[in-house]
Amino acid sequence: MASRKVSRRRFVAGTAALSTAMVAAPFVRGAYAAGKLSLGLWDHWVPGANKASEALIKQWADKEKVEVSLDYITSQGNKLLLTTAAESQAKSGHDVLSFSTWLPSRYADQLVSMNDVMEPLIKQNGAVNATVEYLGKVGGKWLAVPSTIGSQIKGPCSRIDLMKQLAGIDVQAMYPAGSPPKADAWTFDAFLKAAEACHKGGHPFGIGLGTTSDSVDTAGALFHGFGAQLVNAKGDITVKSDNVRKALDYYKRLMAFLPEDAPAWDDASNNKWLVSGKGAMIMNPPSAWAVAKRDAPKVAEQLWTHGFPAGPAGRYAPFLPFFWGTWNFSKNQSAAKSLMVFLSQASSAEKMVEASGGYDLPAFANFTTFKTWAEEAPPKGTLFSYPNPYNHQVLSIAAAPAPHKIAEQIYTQAIQTQMVVRYAKGEAMDKTLDWAAKEIEGFSRN
Amino acid sequence: MADVAAPNSIAAMGDSRSSLHKLMQRKSTVAFLMALPLILLILILVAYPAGYAVYLAMLNKGMTRFVGFGNFEFLFTRDTFWLVVYQSCLFAITAVIFKAIIGFVVAHFVHNIPSKGQRKWRGMLLVPWVIPPAMSTLAWLWLFDPSYSAINYLLEPLGVGRIPWTGEAGWARFSVILVNVWIGAPFFMIMYLAALKSVPEQLYEAAAIDGATWWQRIWFVTLPMMRNIIAITALFSLIVTFANFDIVRVLTAGGPLNSTHIFGTWAFRVGIEGGDIPLGASVSLFMVPILAVAATFILRDITKRGSEV
Repeated sequence: MASRKVSRRRFVAGTAALSTAMVAAPFVRGAYAAGKLSLGLWDHWVPGANKASEALIKQWADKEKVEVSLDYITSQGNKLLLTTAAESQAKSGHDVLSFSTWLPSRYADQLVSMNDVMEPLIKQNGAVNATVEYLGKVGGKWLAVPSTIGSQIKGPCSRIDLMKQLAGIDVQAMYPAGSPPKADAWTFDAFLKAAEACHKGGHPFGIGLGTTSDSVDTAGALFHGFGAQLVNAKGDITVKSDNVRKALDYYKRLMAFLPEDAPAWDDASNNKWLVSGKGAMIMNPPSAWAVAKRDAPKVAEQLWTHGFPAGPAGRYAPFLPFFWGTWNFSKNQSAAKSLMVFLSQASSAEKMVEASGGYDLPAFANFTTFKTWAEEAPPKGTLFSYPNPYNHQVLSIAAAPAPHKIAEQIYTQAIQTQMVVRYAKGEAMDKTLDWAAKEIEGFSRN
Repeated sequence: MADVAAPNSIAAMGDSRSSLHKLMQRKSTVAFLMALPLILLILILVAYPAGYAVYLAMLNKGMTRFVGFGNFEFLFTRDTFWLVVYQSCLFAITAVIFKAIIGFVVAHFVHNIPSKGQRKWRGMLLVPWVIPPAMSTLAWLWLFDPSYSAINYLLEPLGVGRIPWTGEAGWARFSVILVNVWIGAPFFMIMYLAALKSVPEQLYEAAAIDGATWWQRIWFVTLPMMRNIIAITALFSLIVTFANFDIVRVLTAGGPLNSTHIFGTWAFRVGIEGGDIPLGASVSLFMVPILAVAATFILRDITKRGSEV
């Protein structure tokens, strides 16, 4: 009698499959002549946004005769991150999975090349920004396709009235809806003066200095504005540079005008700060505005999303892309790629942007002028500048251009915001730089 | 040959049947079979994950080759790791001491309440321990919210300035320990209360006749009679507190400046969020030998006292 052994891998695969099955899953059935495809997509914050992707996927499945099962996996409590890790370990899971910012490079060896998908898409839809390329393409191989769903720019969202009254800045005139920005004077100096004025006026800017993504992203963009890299593209530690010192000095001055408890902030703190009416500005995608529209309409009427101030090395804004990727153990790779091409068409992207109230951001250059961003209100045009339509700022990610394995650790361990807080709280500059250099040295291990 | 062999094999079969019958009649066999489902569960849910964690801890960052104790050697060179060791010890030891003291005092109060009303108090005092910690910590998170702390709101009229509960290292450490004590003290209280109820009343009567003060009664009667329970409760609590995750994760996520990270939260940060699973596994396993040694000593002491009795 043949005996069947349960291998470790098989056991882990079973466990992962069980945990996946526990995720609430709407089921879309097609005629499935072309096989089955399982999808694990990020569960959108915006109510109703999942419906758009579900409808699009059903449309594609009906046309292609593919039986599709669809799981929406929340990123709350790191559920999506854990699912990705479990599938990677088990070598079993969804055919198409949403990968957050750093995950394509983390799982580079296990992902199918998407060169045959991305190259035609770039020709058709325009180039992707350098951050998408840095995160999604390693060693000439596209690891994943940038996903419209969940991708976001975390630029300033300002109070029109408070910025005008307290800082003398007309953000609507600086970033007018329907025409190019007139933001030459919107520099780090102007930003600092505005922060000081709003602080004095009792409405400080709500910029966190914690260890979560919003805080890290803002620090990353400000560091880029000074040309301050902690590690260069070759992997050399460049912490002890003049630019890093300048960035820390600037941040120290800025921190004096931020809420005292900014080092304890998480990703919800800045939203609450703005919606409560306390703050004159935060750095966030339009989710805070969407919440204000629902809970504090008077505040929402005064909100305007616009570009980042420019530093000595340029104008950088934080961009956090999501990706769709396919494991190399996926059983229906061709169908997965076909679906990604379909979802990356202008008509599909526009529907997803519309359903998310303008939150979602396609990565392709030709997709930054959908009518949703021009029409969303109140006030009308509040999101016009959100997708960077005139390409006047460089979309960036904290810790770039360091090699991915080092950069991911710098990002997740919030080295930049920790440096800022240490230095601003009185630690000597050299001691802060030494600490950061030693931490990063540890990230370089293989 | 078969003819000859047949009676032997029948006899052998008969023998094996009777020995199986005898085996099944043994109490130890029955006990083992009844415990088998639990043993299997423990093997699947405890032994396998623990073994797998040990295996992971011995791989390199890319999980492509075996590095033995390389990850542990690397950890010893990291300042942040030693910070986490310090904080884990501070968190666990301080919290266990306060839980034990509060549990002891409250157990005495409850013990002295007339039995009619005691059940109500016991029930109410157990509430913090019964609520899932992730949920009750969320409530504490709102009370300690950096910008909208309800506690600060109440303290303001008393002239107390805004306290950065989770924004400053010292206060953040205080906050996570406070919440842990709030959740864990009822467990100590109920264990000590059970122990108090088992102390024979005659011992107190004899002590009273000898003119013992309340302090002497506690020192020479109550504490010696509760010694085993105190040791076991402290040991269990120490292990559980060292392995804590939810309170720190929800309340401070290890911040500010890594000042509240303990083994569990830092292992998660490094392993899952940072993508270095072998190093994360090493961090989470670091306390196993130390706690195992502590457990051995405490349990050996209890066994010794048990045999003395």
